[in-house]
Amino acid sequence: MTNEQMNNVNVRHAYEFRRKKSAEEMRHQVITFVLMIFLTLISFGAVIFNEFIPVKFVLPFILLLAVVQVIFQLYYFMHASHKGHELPMFFMYSGVFAAFLTILAMVTIVWW
Amino acid sequence: MKLDEKFTPQTWPVSPETQTLEGKNKFLGFWLFLGGETVLFASLFATYLALKDSGSSIKANELFDPVLVFAMTMLLLTSSLTSVYAIYHMKNYNFKKMQAWFFITVLLGAGFLALEVYEFYHYVHEYHFGFKSSAFSSAYYTLVGTHGAHVLFGLCWIITLLLRNSKRGLNLYNAPKYYTASLYWHFIDVVWVFIFTVVYLMGMVG
Repeated sequence: MTNEQMNNVNVRHAYEFRRKKSAEEMRHQVITFVLMIFLTLISFGAVIFNEFIPVKFVLPFILLLAVVQVIFQLYYFMHASHKGHELPMFFMYSGVFAAFLTILAMVTIVWW
Repeated sequence: MKLDEKFTPQTWPVSPETQTLEGKNKFLGFWLFLGGETVLFASLFATYLALKDSGSSIKANELFDPVLVFAMTMLLLTSSLTSVYAIYHMKNYNFKKMQAWFFITVLLGAGFLALEVYEFYHYVHEYHFGFKSSAFSSAYYTLVGTHGAHVLFGLCWIITLLLRNSKRGLNLYNAPKYYTASLYWHFIDVVWVFIFTVVYLMGMVG
């Protein structure tokens, strides 16, 4: 085989490998989506049938499910698990920190 | 690498959105913007939580309709997946399929917006729950309405992007544009997850 032929074979292999990897990632994303639908159903179910479940349990429970869904969105749908997302995630977590403080302050010091 | 260079699926880079300096800057700048948007929505959520049910004759648990909110949630969640499909095809250099999936995303987003308009109309006319009715209603409409405005803006953005680049095919100039539009769309869904949980579901529990 000449050098050029070898090169073509390499390019084709690299391409096929990439296609396979990205198809696999897409499958993970579909699984993520199914899980998110499932979590949404649980949240709605917990609220609709709330006469059987104490409110003190339902509130933190559905909040936790929301946080899990957002983690799925960020790390799978928005590809934050890929490399090169260190600075973007620093921005996001800074935003979440400010968000947490704002909400904590407003629900504790506003009394009317 | 030239901006208008023609690619094939074999030569198309793995991360086309960050191949050029402009693409890299867009990617980073857009995430910084999303961090800021998080704080914007946090202030609206905080206001809503502080003013929930105050000054209003109608309380949250008498107002909200779980069926409508569930339908809206499903539409927006599905549109998030379809935009993932669009970016999947963008990365595989399949322009036609990317366009098709973005088009479906726009349809689902428009469906969501139509339901939201119906919802607001319903509250104002059936319950006399207008923007100025109470502290609760103002906080509610400001929070959910700001999210709705983001959906509207996202729809206009994606539609413009599709029209402007409809005959261009994919290149390193427009790949970052599609990518940031899809990030924005996912962020809208992230905010909605908290709206349906904190406003609607927690409102119904009481």
